[in-house]
Amino acid sequence: MPVQVRIPTPLRKFTGGAESVSASGTTVGAIVQDLESRHAGLKERICDEAGKVRRFVNLYINGEDIRFLSSLDTAVKDGDEISIVPAIAGGSDGARR
Amino acid sequence: MLVVGVGALGSAAAEVLAAAGVGRLRLVDFDVVERSNLHRQLLHRTADLGRPKVESAAARLGAAYPEVAIETAATRLDAGNADTLFAGQACVVDATDGIAAKFLLNDLAIRLRKPLVHGGILRFHGQLLSVLPGVSACLRCLFESPPDPATIPSCQEAGVIGSLAGTIGTLQAAEAVRIVTGEGTLLTDRLLTYDALAAGWRHVRLRRNPTCSVCRAVAAPVAAAIRTG
Repeated sequence: MPVQVRIPTPLRKFTGGAESVSASGTTVGAIVQDLESRHAGLKERICDEAGKVRRFVNLYINGEDIRFLSSLDTAVKDGDEISIVPAIAGGSDGARR
Repeated sequence: MLVVGVGALGSAAAEVLAAAGVGRLRLVDFDVVERSNLHRQLLHRTADLGRPKVESAAARLGAAYPEVAIETAATRLDAGNADTLFAGQACVVDATDGIAAKFLLNDLAIRLRKPLVHGGILRFHGQLLSVLPGVSACLRCLFESPPDPATIPSCQEAGVIGSLAGTIGTLQAAEAVRIVTGEGTLLTDRLLTYDALAAGWRHVRLRRNPTCSVCRAVAAPVAAAIRTG
């Protein structure tokens, strides 16, 4: 099922600058896997080595946090919109230079 | 009002708060002004290079808004000094510049029951969120733990468009004013994100995480009369 995935600014280097890309899959986890096949390196920013969503990233499907649904097993249907929200801070990370 | 960080976000937030007539501002920052700061940290000038940022900021704000009582603390906020720095403050503005600092500030605000306006900027992206302890989602409801700082580039490394500091910083000030006045609907349980390349705004709906390691035990609502988003 093709869906649109909104890519936050910090991750657009993996999508050639695209703010929204298509992906296919019947679950959010499958979508993430499909994203990786199309945009190498993206999955690592979303999931850890165990395949779980990293604690500083959140995924939303149609505006709903997947943690309150079925996490990566959340079903996806045609026309759904998935958003990736990463933690950002910026600045100098506290280092005095 | 407590403004933690007087760099990019803090310059904008502090100036707008002072101009709004906030009676007392407490500025906290351990850092000194560097040349690479100047494109986005608008309270500081070339003549301030090497000067503690809180001094530079206080001097500029004091000259422009002499009615505002400005206190400074040239120190790094931590669990040991938070009680003192938070004391008497109606609201805390997170203008820190590192991911670990943001999570620490969130945790401290929850512990000390202080409303917090979180903000962050990087490259062409900004976001902000207001946190009312015991009422709305905190930063850890959204992100359980911070990433390894080495995995997230800083503005020094990845850059940031300078205007984002004003965009997000002034909105943080606006949130702080609305928190203390009770006017309008706050950005609680809503992460507001801004894409400076597309000039696009989006809200991301949040909710308190019942298993949140930090705020799940906070039962006493803060300022329950304030309308939340």
